[in-house]
Amino acid sequence: MREALHAEWTKLRTLTSTSWLLLSTAVLTVGVSAAVVAASSYQAFGYQDTPKLSLTGIDLGQAVVSILAVLVMSNEYSTGMIRTTLTAMPRRLVVLAAKATLLTGAAVAGGIVAVGGCLLAGRLILPSKGFTVAHGYPLLSLAHGATLRAAGGSVLYLVLISLFSLGVATATRDSATAIGVVLGLLYLFPLLAQVVTDPAWHRHLEQIGPMTAGLAIQATTDLHSLPISPWAGLGVFALWAGAALATGGILLRLRDA
Amino acid sequence: MTTGIIAHHSEAVGHDGFAQLLRAEWTKFRTVRGWVIALGAAALVIVLLSFVSASGNRFSFCPTGPSSCTSRHPAVPTGPGGEPVTDSFMFVHQPLVGNGAVTVRVASLSGAHTSGSPVGGGPNGTLHVTSQPVLAPWAKAGIIVERDMSQGAAYAAVMVTGAHGVRMQYDYTHDAPGLPGAVVVSSPRWLRLTRIGDIITGYDSTDGSHWTDIGTARLRGLPSTAQIGLFVASPAYFPPGSNSGYPSMATASFDEISVRGDLPANSWTGEAIGANAFYPVLPTAASWHRLSRNAFTVSGSGDIAPRVGGSIFSDTGASILVGGIPGLIVLIVVATLFVTSEYRRGLIRITFTASPRRGRVLAAKAIVVGSAAFAAGLVGTAVAEVVAHHVLITNGIYLLPVSGPTEARVIVGTALLLAVAAVLALALGTAFRRSAAAVVTGIVLLVLPFILVYTLPAGASNWLMRLTPTAAFAVQGTQPNSPLVANAYTVTNGYYPLEPWAGLAVLCGYAAIALGAATWLLRRRDV
Repeated sequence: MREALHAEWTKLRTLTSTSWLLLSTAVLTVGVSAAVVAASSYQAFGYQDTPKLSLTGIDLGQAVVSILAVLVMSNEYSTGMIRTTLTAMPRRLVVLAAKATLLTGAAVAGGIVAVGGCLLAGRLILPSKGFTVAHGYPLLSLAHGATLRAAGGSVLYLVLISLFSLGVATATRDSATAIGVVLGLLYLFPLLAQVVTDPAWHRHLEQIGPMTAGLAIQATTDLHSLPISPWAGLGVFALWAGAALATGGILLRLRDA
Repeated sequence: MTTGIIAHHSEAVGHDGFAQLLRAEWTKFRTVRGWVIALGAAALVIVLLSFVSASGNRFSFCPTGPSSCTSRHPAVPTGPGGEPVTDSFMFVHQPLVGNGAVTVRVASLSGAHTSGSPVGGGPNGTLHVTSQPVLAPWAKAGIIVERDMSQGAAYAAVMVTGAHGVRMQYDYTHDAPGLPGAVVVSSPRWLRLTRIGDIITGYDSTDGSHWTDIGTARLRGLPSTAQIGLFVASPAYFPPGSNSGYPSMATASFDEISVRGDLPANSWTGEAIGANAFYPVLPTAASWHRLSRNAFTVSGSGDIAPRVGGSIFSDTGASILVGGIPGLIVLIVVATLFVTSEYRRGLIRITFTASPRRGRVLAAKAIVVGSAAFAAGLVGTAVAEVVAHHVLITNGIYLLPVSGPTEARVIVGTALLLAVAAVLALALGTAFRRSAAAVVTGIVLLVLPFILVYTLPAGASNWLMRLTPTAAFAVQGTQPNSPLVANAYTVTNGYYPLEPWAGLAVLCGYAAIALGAATWLLRRRDV
């Protein structure tokens, strides 16, 4: 496993795209979050979940993380490198595990920067938009338990995105198809849930959708009205990622490279 | 000389003709089985997803509390012009035979809205809701002449409103402004409505002696005996920034009432018109019309206005069209692969050796992939419309009537949207030469804004739907708009900030820029 990790680490770090994609993840996530926070304003009607609002950029950032994860596998297929890899390391699941481990590390690194930037942007911009202590909105702070859960959970969410994408890419072996499947599954459920008015259907769609369930972790207020509790939601997404990895792993073992 | 002729000849019919190029690209497209299957899958997924989302819409409407819920929409009245209308209000009326006039002073107008659906209509219709004192902008109180008591009947009325001053309105869609300003105790309004034949004229005054003519209405075929009286209505109230509206009520104090004309009944009757119609109203209580000798206090809930779209009034139409999104994702993947797979397999070198004019190759590819996406989109959207429509109506859901040309615009426009999106994806694939980046960019540009729209405040959503390629979804807008109705005219309620074709033009702009950049890069770069 150590050799596999070392080999995969060499592949990952020597690709210029890796650092670029991680950088883009952070920049795009923070950029979207800052723009959304700047476009919002305090209203007496209803309570805004400001930590969740500040983390909106994850909706975009996850797409960049999924490129990184998909490319880790599908690049090997498009260049034919996979044959060399599997000749050198015939235990295919070890290769997949090594890739998953490194992607986890990369997603944690990129995620911490991205999430930290989002919260900082929220902390700096929100008070000027009327979300002040006087209106009942304290400054965003990781000392607040729910905010810490939202922030840490968002990093974990990005990790799961990378594992889910790796699994799909391993199963499809083509980057375009893999990205289409990943983003299709992520984005479809929230859209469907929005247009379905039947309360039970709406709830179930949000409970099983990888993005809708996974991002429940970002909620800090009004938890009882969520379709699924924060950690259970992240658990649902972990099941999706696990299922994708398992499918990818089985196909990797069974198929010719 | 001979060689020159031959060269000229071979150029005319040879491999450099654009028709040949199109044929070559079409052959490449149709011989990849996966892509042809994906086209069919795109059409199928549009239909399937529309079916699923339409099936998940069930009708549930509780006009006056949970005990009044229905699972099938009540009939929606149509006005004299044939358009769907709302016709729910409190009417204190009596028949007037022949010509006549009513004059009244409106001393005050106040209102309240509930912050949720009405809960329980206890004994005597007592309301157990937390209500907040807010006067709806289009709360109405004044004098009305009605053809009869039926839903959607022709009428003319002069009224004070919550925030639009005095108005003269008739037959739901016609409106003329009178005195501006709100009614307060220190500044009451006098209103007068006269009937001469089928001509109704409205007047207003600030002192009861100096009158201004606001407007006249001709109610063709108004029978000799019409219903006249005082009315109060208060439409659904939309708190600022909210996508939902809540039932509201308004209370007006009338006094100094005088009626000229033949009044056979000579007594006033209070009646809640359209209380069970398809409109959110508060349940009426006995205290809603108190009559003393020459002064009335009347409360009303509802509206007399054209019907608009939005989740509380009808289905927004979104469930029919959500299937376009997964179809779009499939087409983006196929269109990107159409060029990136040539790079991956090295086929692009042969392509450019055979036809060195690279811009033309890209144009041929764009035409092939655009036409294929258009065809798949047209079939998918047309079938999805029919299927989803049927399912929604079976589920008892109210759909605002949509004209044939509008229906055609939605279907053809959606197919064009998919075609242009495919061309955009092709251009991105050519520019990036890599599938992953191109597919992600395409999906993020076209699909992500749609998801953000549902979570962002309305102002930010409207900008997203103006500036991003997602603006093209405006071709699917069918919901009617009216300045006479306060409503959350937001994207989530089916109202797009751009006109249908202007929205599609935004996407075309993005595709044109991407194609231009891709052509420039193609010419400049080595293969």
